[in-house]
Amino acid sequence: MIDLLILNGRVIDPASNTDRIADVAIAAGQIQSIIPRGKVARGPLKGKGSAQAGQAPPARRVIDAGGLIVCPGLIDLHVHCREPGHEEEETIATAAAAAVAGGFTTICAMPNTHPPMDNETAVQYVLQRAHEADLAEVLPVGCITKGRAGKELAEMKLMLDAGAVAFSDDGDGVASTTVMYRALQYAGTLGVALMQHCQDADLAGGAMNSGAVAVRLGLSGIAAAGEELMLQRDLVLAERTGARYHVQHLSSARSVEMVRQAKARGVKVTAEATPHHLLLTDAACAGYDPVYKVNPPLRSAADVEALRAGLADGTIDCLATDHAPQSAEEKELEFALAPFGMIGLECALGCFAKALIEPGVCDWATLIAAMTASPAAVVARPRGRLAVGARADVTIIDPARSWTVRAADFKSKSRNCPFDGWTLPAKAVATIVAGKVKHDEIG
Amino acid sequence: MTKNNSQFLWTKKHLLGLDELSPAELVHILDTAESFREVSTRSIKKVPALRGRVVALMFFEDSTRTRMSFELAASRLSADTVLFTAKGSSVAKGETTLDTIRNIEAMGVDVFVIRHGQSGAPHMLASKCRSSIVNAGDGSHEHPTQGLLDIFTIRQRLGKIAGLKVAIVGDIAHSRVARSNIIGLRKLGAEVVVVGPPTLVPSAIAAMGCTISHDLDAVLSEVDVINMLRIQFERFSSSLFPSVREYSRLYGLDAQRLRRCKKGVLVMHPGPINRGVELTSEVADGPNSCILQQVTNGLAVRMAVLYLVSGGKD
Repeated sequence: MIDLLILNGRVIDPASNTDRIADVAIAAGQIQSIIPRGKVARGPLKGKGSAQAGQAPPARRVIDAGGLIVCPGLIDLHVHCREPGHEEEETIATAAAAAVAGGFTTICAMPNTHPPMDNETAVQYVLQRAHEADLAEVLPVGCITKGRAGKELAEMKLMLDAGAVAFSDDGDGVASTTVMYRALQYAGTLGVALMQHCQDADLAGGAMNSGAVAVRLGLSGIAAAGEELMLQRDLVLAERTGARYHVQHLSSARSVEMVRQAKARGVKVTAEATPHHLLLTDAACAGYDPVYKVNPPLRSAADVEALRAGLADGTIDCLATDHAPQSAEEKELEFALAPFGMIGLECALGCFAKALIEPGVCDWATLIAAMTASPAAVVARPRGRLAVGARADVTIIDPARSWTVRAADFKSKSRNCPFDGWTLPAKAVATIVAGKVKHDEIG
Repeated sequence: MTKNNSQFLWTKKHLLGLDELSPAELVHILDTAESFREVSTRSIKKVPALRGRVVALMFFEDSTRTRMSFELAASRLSADTVLFTAKGSSVAKGETTLDTIRNIEAMGVDVFVIRHGQSGAPHMLASKCRSSIVNAGDGSHEHPTQGLLDIFTIRQRLGKIAGLKVAIVGDIAHSRVARSNIIGLRKLGAEVVVVGPPTLVPSAIAAMGCTISHDLDAVLSEVDVINMLRIQFERFSSSLFPSVREYSRLYGLDAQRLRRCKKGVLVMHPGPINRGVELTSEVADGPNSCILQQVTNGLAVRMAVLYLVSGGKD
């Protein structure tokens, strides 16, 4: 018996280079069949599933996805769940609820919690809380160094065995070249990717992007050179060690070019870009509203263009949110005193469509690849594809649903979203995790 | 220019910076200040313009002359004043700026005069309070009344603003005085050149409509006004320049340099002066200096600002 039948959708599965109208059948939490339409009208199909072709098999539930995109469940490599430590801002359960509301079936939890996720018990705790929430899958990213202090390597193998999928000291880069070199050597033998928040520690300390806006506002700047210097160092180390290296939230045009050249040399580097770095510039900071304060900071229009071009040509593999909940109290402080961070899970897909589809930067298949197959490869998980027998993580997107972001209605506990009030051109309308519908607003 | 434009309707409730003002609004403040200047020459130095109003002077950061100038300006307008200084206040106990202001606002305040170490603090408060906010210096952003009193003094001494060339010399990167001067002078048609070592003069400041020079001697003969900024000694420790000696040699104004300037060049300084660093005493106290006149004019300008924002609506 089929549990769920998704009829007549435009099935886009970048992993198998699929983009056609088809019916997707789900049973026992797995994809049971993907049966193309169109061909059916012209004649019977060969091979598996052809017996049912042309007419819908019986199913417990049927979703009519006519006019909608049916794709692998979206994966977000970069989420701050804040638990343990700052449960007033977000919990694993509320982050997972926000995730499914935004079309994500899998999110990666960053380890800069309090205490930091730098041991197997902390990894198990995150998995346990995610299991209890029973919404999106939450994959833990452990610390590279103990306590995120940048000095001693954390127990990567033990964390990996407990369920961690990658390592990062996100929030800070690993400042010591020696420590990063050893971390890459060590992680290389484990086959796991290290994710770096590239920021030279000595050039850090500002409140927004260095440039004309910061100078006019009298705010101290964070130079793009700070990101580029650590990235340059790391690319040399990644090349020397042969380890897998992932650059988090790229923000500068020169960084994009450095990744492009490193890829051409065969360095095992992957990169991600966020909705805010693809849509906003430092001009947004002009009113001193800390909702626009983020690290790395919003940069120039030329940087935005370079990031979009990098996504279009495959230099940037992944789209990720860097969902970073902050309390309203802290975001009401003076700009330089307020914490960095923006939330994005619930509007990310629409933002990416606005940044990439609307201006014709790339097509839906490219965008979806950057939210499914590519991030799945970074964390080396059997996710991000629609294949018979695979876990039924499916997202249904309405590519033509114009909607207005209302942060007040978010499932997230926090409201620090710079896109509040924006009208976006597309929306994730249903989220299916392991065959179960966790979010549905197809209407 | 000094013609009284009595038709002008002032609408602004806050003075957050000169950036938000139109050229006409700038001129209107200067003209209003002109009419208040006379009050200070009377034997009874008081007008009833703000009688019954409360002006709260909120100094989250140290200041002597700006605070006294605002205090005196408010009392000459017959307003009641309350003074808050961050030292020994609830800020020391961890209260946020917004909570501090909301608490004092609850006592019934019409105008807040805010000096704060954080750029943008007055803007944040203006978006969340009912009272008028007057920026008395925010971080490295703006010090609008200082900019206004500098422009007022230039206009008084040289009879115009448009067409003049003004040099601002020193730590431009961290100076709110520099920003308000650049903005105000550009709006009224003056040319501005900022002068200092590259570590203290960010190249992006050119986007504000000024030119940049790292050579004081090269600009001396071209300018009508030289505004010398105070050097903050804590900047040495962060390697922004090698020594006071070297700074003073390159960017200090002494009698020898003054001789290479136009004859009637106006020498300004927002105070307090580091004598022998930015200016030698000979120059600071000489006939080209208008430093004390700046202080005197500050009072009239602040009276004008308090008076105008008290009647503002938006």
